[in-house]
Amino acid sequence: MNKVKYITNYLSNYLLRYALLVCFIILMGVSSFAEPAQQSDEIDEIEIEIEEEGLNAGELIFDHILDSYDWHICTWKGKHIGVYLPIIVYSEGEFYIFSSKHFHHENQYYTQDRNGDEVVFEIPDEGKYEGKVVRVMSDGTQIRPFDISITKTVCGLLISCTLLIVVFLLVAKGYRQRGEKAPKGLQALIEPLILYVRDDIAKPNIGKDYDKYLPYLITVFFFIFFNNILGLIPFFPFGANITGNIAVTAVLALFTFFITNLTGKKHYYEDIFNTPGVPWWLKFPLPLMPIIEVVGCFIKPVVLAIRLFANITAGHIVLLGFVSMIFIVGEMSAWAGAGMSVLSLILSIFADCLELLVAYIQAYVFTLLSAIYFGMAAKEVHH
Amino acid sequence: MELITPDFGLLFWMTLAFGIVFFVLAKFALPVINGMLKKREEEINNALELAERTHKEMEQLQANNEQLLQQAREERTKMLNEAKQISDKFIEEAKAKANEEKDRIIENAKEIIEHEKMAATIEVKNQIADISIKVAEKIIGKALESDKEQLDYINRLLKEIEDKNKIQ
Repeated sequence: MNKVKYITNYLSNYLLRYALLVCFIILMGVSSFAEPAQQSDEIDEIEIEIEEEGLNAGELIFDHILDSYDWHICTWKGKHIGVYLPIIVYSEGEFYIFSSKHFHHENQYYTQDRNGDEVVFEIPDEGKYEGKVVRVMSDGTQIRPFDISITKTVCGLLISCTLLIVVFLLVAKGYRQRGEKAPKGLQALIEPLILYVRDDIAKPNIGKDYDKYLPYLITVFFFIFFNNILGLIPFFPFGANITGNIAVTAVLALFTFFITNLTGKKHYYEDIFNTPGVPWWLKFPLPLMPIIEVVGCFIKPVVLAIRLFANITAGHIVLLGFVSMIFIVGEMSAWAGAGMSVLSLILSIFADCLELLVAYIQAYVFTLLSAIYFGMAAKEVHH
Repeated sequence: MELITPDFGLLFWMTLAFGIVFFVLAKFALPVINGMLKKREEEINNALELAERTHKEMEQLQANNEQLLQQAREERTKMLNEAKQISDKFIEEAKAKANEEKDRIIENAKEIIEHEKMAATIEVKNQIADISIKVAEKIIGKALESDKEQLDYINRLLKEIEDKNKIQ
């Protein structure tokens, strides 16, 4: 009973802090990026547009799932409220940094290069580079520059990474201060997970060399877990679909791939190129087994990346689908919409709980599989 | 299609961000945390071992105490016995000494008695001699000159009488 009380106290304490932080950030964001007063006829135009268009659920969902150059929070009375993120592109030996706000009114941004010549950037609505910043050359061709813009996903990534670093430094500080005493506060929240990764993932799968791989496994576990959980919080500055982005999961999988293959011992490569326990004719004239094994080396990280990406993306799609259903049905009849909202709410709550579980399971699975691959790489003798 | 095409910019930022997170965590946070966790585990293990050891030591100590107590009891019994022996011996000795003393005193007394007897006899003898002389004077009627020759003569006679008595 006491424990429950303690946990609720603890959570409410943190929730309060979190709420204050979010309020602060939203105020900052809105005040600095909110659209300045538009001309009245423009507002009318947009309002009419919205009325005519209705809700396109597919577009809404993909807007959220995919990356974008601004972080749309909501549309209030036809005004776009959100954060315009900086665009950073490198084209023909020069960096161009400007706000994505320039693309809001008209689709093009005019600037000058160092020679004073005009440079035009555009986000095309269709074609090969749909939704991406391109440079429009003087002859009208579109060239995709080297684009390292702070997009919505990058922004969310930077926020969650900062949070992760802050949390871990605080926890480390806690350990430094409290020494060998029982953990407290944030420390007590993180410690069971660290012990779990160490004792139930790293130790049994890697063996005696687990110390070497432990920092990576803990980092990757908490990175995925943090981003999964933060992705489920529907308010700015969280809720970006980070671990549901193939580029993010690909980088994580590449880290695992390189660590596995760069720390592989002699035995690991022997297993690949001269697989024991396999008839010789599978290896000799045509090296079938080695080919399969080498391909397997590359497939493993690919599968890792796709599993995480697909799970998280699917979760976001399902959640948004449930919410969108209210409005789709509501367009047909207000009463049906009201009824649907109750059903949708129940389904959303269920899906959210499921997603919490998935958030943890996917972090666990990624870490576990990485640990198993490291275990193969670190293995020394046959058994 | 965009969904499954990794964007280059994102790859770049992700590598950078994850790399930094990994570096910071692995360099500044995790060594402290893991080190302290390990240390704490060791501490707990040590504490448990110590408890175990203390428990054993306590048992050992208790056994020792029991043994000591037993020893002390034996010692006491032995000491009591010894004391009794000593006191018995003492009494015995004292008795023997007392006996000896008694014998000696008796012996002394006997000697003194003998001596006194001797002195008394001599006294009697002298008195007898005197009386005899006086009797003789009265008988003879004339006072014998008590010169030395006569006295010696009488003494000799007396001695003879005495010797005769002794022989008897």
